[in-house]
Amino acid sequence: MSFINALPGAIAQGMIWGIMAIGVYITYKILDIADLTVDGSIVTGACVAAVMVYNGVNIWVAMLCAFIAGMLAGLLTGLFHTFMGIPAILAGILTQLILWSVNLKILGKPNLGISAREYAVAVTQLYKWRAIIVVGIICVAIIALLYWFFGTELGASLRATGCNLRMSRAQGINTNMCKILGLMLSNGIVALSGAVLMQYQGAADINMGRGAIVIGLAAVIIGEALLGKLSSNFAVRLFSVIVGGVVYYVVYQFVILLGLDTDLLKMLSAIIVAIFLAIPYWRKHFGRKKITAKKAAN
Amino acid sequence: MLKLTNITKIFNASTVNEKVALNNISLTLNDGDFVTVIGGNGAGKSTMLNAVAGVWKPDAGRIVINETDITDMPEYIRAKFLGRVFQDPMMGTAADMQIEENLALAARRGKPRTLRWAISKKERETYREMLAQLDLGLEDRLTTKVGLLSGGQRQAVALLMATMNNPQLLLLDEHTAALDPKTAQKVLEITDKFVLEGHLTTLMVTHNMRDAITHGNRLIMMNAGKIIFDVSGEEKQKLTVETLLEQFSKASGTEFANDRALLG
Repeated sequence: MSFINALPGAIAQGMIWGIMAIGVYITYKILDIADLTVDGSIVTGACVAAVMVYNGVNIWVAMLCAFIAGMLAGLLTGLFHTFMGIPAILAGILTQLILWSVNLKILGKPNLGISAREYAVAVTQLYKWRAIIVVGIICVAIIALLYWFFGTELGASLRATGCNLRMSRAQGINTNMCKILGLMLSNGIVALSGAVLMQYQGAADINMGRGAIVIGLAAVIIGEALLGKLSSNFAVRLFSVIVGGVVYYVVYQFVILLGLDTDLLKMLSAIIVAIFLAIPYWRKHFGRKKITAKKAAN
Repeated sequence: MLKLTNITKIFNASTVNEKVALNNISLTLNDGDFVTVIGGNGAGKSTMLNAVAGVWKPDAGRIVINETDITDMPEYIRAKFLGRVFQDPMMGTAADMQIEENLALAARRGKPRTLRWAISKKERETYREMLAQLDLGLEDRLTTKVGLLSGGQRQAVALLMATMNNPQLLLLDEHTAALDPKTAQKVLEITDKFVLEGHLTTLMVTHNMRDAITHGNRLIMMNAGKIIFDVSGEEKQKLTVETLLEQFSKASGTEFANDRALLG
């Protein structure tokens, strides 16, 4: 019974992390870059939105500003990576560390409560079904906009950059610019999800982004495993990422109710993601052995 | 048309692995020249092509295409002058994208990438006709992902992409080397057709002496970062593999050390 009660909350939270995972999808799947900036930019989004709402700014304006702040974080990682030649993973870690200080300065303290009772927020865990509807609308809007963008000439050149760098340059695509643009778009969306998460939880916290990349990857992987075979349509793929986020949080809620030590949850998430990331590699490795064995038998 | 002046490129300079890949090379291509480039492993053939393509900057010398000095121009900007096909069939196309999407990417080479749709209905019809010319049945598979095609089909699509907006210079870097002989022959036929129809100035690196002799109007042989033999017109038409080998040992003072070139 308590699981059923916890379900709406898990769904709402899963959808919010699904938005974040769409950001991860853009870098990890489309650009083929593992971007660790997100652990910081999700907090930046939360902090920017929290401080603005705290100072009386409209929540939707605050969310837009959170999105822009996230894009700036992505720009920094992009410049580290392209202009300064730093490997993408390290570039992301550097920005993440910079954002730690920046986030503290934005917030002014380690956490800031934004109670739905005092401030006019769009999403709150006090009204879970309303939260699901509002987040659902945001998800649909983001998927529609990304579907359009990646269908344009510019979007196609981003996809080409992630797929084949050498070919892209030979076709006159400014691959560095595409990488920066992709990182900006990704971190903008991640920061937006942070702004929504802040409202839902009723607080911005300097630590709320720890391990965000793992949850994002988990959502991408789960979504692909569940709906990957359904269609190669881009909108369906993005939708599957949201579904992945929801499934992740429903399972998360379930194991908590089973009485699992919550201290272990981050470790378990990471291990599960590691195993899923290993599957394609194992398939290649062991699959090869199988074929040789068969040939030897003949 | 294309003018290389005193191009030098040294890899790993001042280390034990120092290699002079291009040694003060000068070369002028006339408009409409179809030049085949041959030479042993490490002779500098691909290095010369990469210098023109802008993969890196030469240590010395200038590269000029039709009066435009492109020596310091980034690779993606000078791409508007060039059409390129690589040796590896995986390299020339984006595997995760559809055939028509790949062609649309190439059609916008040298043009700004805007927020208009990546591919228009009108283009789709043009692409269908272009693909039909390849005679590989690809005209009915516009939305197939390129990754699902065979090496020969991918190379043919790459060739179409390289030539579709009449580049000022076509660079072919052993583009048939990874294909089986029959497919390689087919891709070479398509190459000849496109180069002739488009009147394209072309540099084609090949490991196959026979192909180097039978294609194009001019042949260049390279060794140790230098051009050691340059023949065109009637004289080229009279070439045989034997005379080429003779020329090679005369010019370089060594035997031609590349089995692929002899067996191919």
